[in-house]
Amino acid sequence: MITFDKVTKVYPDGTRAVDGLSLDLPTGKITVFVGPSGCGKTTSLRMINRMIEPTSGTIGIDGRPTSSLDPVTLRRGIGYVIQSGGLFAHRTVLENIATVPLLLGWGKAKAYGAARELIERMGLDASLTSKYPAQLSGGQQQRVGVARALAADPPVMLMDEPFSAVDPQVREQLQDEFLRLQAELGKTIVFVTHDIDEATKLGDQVAVLRVGGTLAQLAPPADLLADPVDDFVADFIGRDRGYRALAFVAAPALPIQPEATVELGATREQVAAVAAGAPWVLVVEDGAPVGWVAPERLGATVGRDDLHRGGTVARVGGSLRAALDAALSSPSRRGVLADDDGRLVGTVSATDVLTEIERDETGPPS
Amino acid sequence: MTWFLDHLALVGSLLLVHAWLAVVPLLLGLIIAIPLGWLAERNRVLRPILVVGTGLLYTIPSLALFILMPLVLGTGILDPLNVIIALTVYTVALLVRTVVDGLSAVPETVRQAAIAMGIGGARRFFTVELPLAVPVISSGLRVAAVSNVSIVSIAALLGIAQLGSLFTDGFARDFLDPIVVGIVACLVLSVVLDALIIGVTRVLTPWVAARSAA
Repeated sequence: MITFDKVTKVYPDGTRAVDGLSLDLPTGKITVFVGPSGCGKTTSLRMINRMIEPTSGTIGIDGRPTSSLDPVTLRRGIGYVIQSGGLFAHRTVLENIATVPLLLGWGKAKAYGAARELIERMGLDASLTSKYPAQLSGGQQQRVGVARALAADPPVMLMDEPFSAVDPQVREQLQDEFLRLQAELGKTIVFVTHDIDEATKLGDQVAVLRVGGTLAQLAPPADLLADPVDDFVADFIGRDRGYRALAFVAAPALPIQPEATVELGATREQVAAVAAGAPWVLVVEDGAPVGWVAPERLGATVGRDDLHRGGTVARVGGSLRAALDAALSSPSRRGVLADDDGRLVGTVSATDVLTEIERDETGPPS
Repeated sequence: MTWFLDHLALVGSLLLVHAWLAVVPLLLGLIIAIPLGWLAERNRVLRPILVVGTGLLYTIPSLALFILMPLVLGTGILDPLNVIIALTVYTVALLVRTVVDGLSAVPETVRQAAIAMGIGGARRFFTVELPLAVPVISSGLRVAAVSNVSIVSIAALLGIAQLGSLFTDGFARDFLDPIVVGIVACLVLSVVLDALIIGVTRVLTPWVAARSAA
């Protein structure tokens, strides 16, 4: 566990970056520091590995104050991922990842072995091993950055806006991979972001900081969305809180209806027969839903260009938010549900999802 | 051309001396400029003093510097050491700013990442910051190399033999051949030094070629 005890940082020019911050960051969990710029989130992060020294107060790791530890030894035992990777442009991917193991004196064979293992684990192609960072895409660089931080298998990882420099689609992918990895590794992670959606998606607990470096609220994401402690937190979390909170509620057994489908490539006549007058028919390919078609706007057969792709697909057993969104985004108003392998299970209406939400007697999650 | 062929041995030996007088200060200047640049890059107060101060050294006329050297160093007027030290001064003048620029171009995130991994002071400088500054320093070194080759020839006025002697000789005898040969030899020397620096830089920075190929 990492503990902040009345930690304050005042810069020589009088700027109070962090002010009396006290909180616990449990072992094996992700704690996210989130807040507007100037809230001291990065300063707080960097005080953990003593890149910045607190003016007063104590930070402890497993009960030992970091001030009692040698900064270099401390840092080599803490993984650090920085925005846009901070990779060494003059070193190959393998050398970058092996940096800390080599510094720790593991020897080349063991250090590079560990680095190769991580390249695989991060889903990076083995052919990238001897490439230089400039030859990688933004997403690949970020994965190498995470791999480098993990290389010496540190129990603690500090991540400073690690995914903010990549485009939204890649960011989401990186976030999902990160959560999968964390489920395997169980590191104690401190994650800094200015993006509240990222914070609620990734955090086991979220610490919202205000400008001036004080803690506004520390809570699990669902509680934060359901019960913001004051106007500042409510404003910072933003709109659609009720809807977003549904992301943290697993969907109960929904009344899933069977859906008549046509295969991709079916003829106009086949579609008309299945539709039986309905305005939209679901198209599947090898059992996986691929989109909806409107029978009257169809050519001779169902091609990919005919598909309406606005509808999202929810996973059975996923969140209520995903199920509701599938229904709301579907042109037929029937939300498509698939199993873990992506095969169609059936559809559910928004009304049925809402009924489930209302039936949940606990009210909004708290 | 006949003059050149007749004096092949002379031109060859002058060329070697010329190269020696240009290259040794280049290396000495680099060795001095790196710590000065390092100091200037990290110290806000020293930075303008060092960068502007060393830069001003370049404005001292070379002839004056060559003549001043014996007075300062107590060397003989014909001592090649005068040339070597004067040109080292010029090289430092050109390179301090370049080293500062090269080190400043190292992205802050890279520096922070290095600190966060426990890569301290000297190790960080030699394994991260300096290697990343090599391309910029190398371009400054190429300018200094050409500058040195050209300035060395002025030492002929003091009677220190090198390719510049061909200019004074040709001028004194109103004879064009040695002057042309001298110019061509200087050009060849500059091109060879330039190619050498480019070559060494390529070997030191395989990542730059990888970047431009990507």
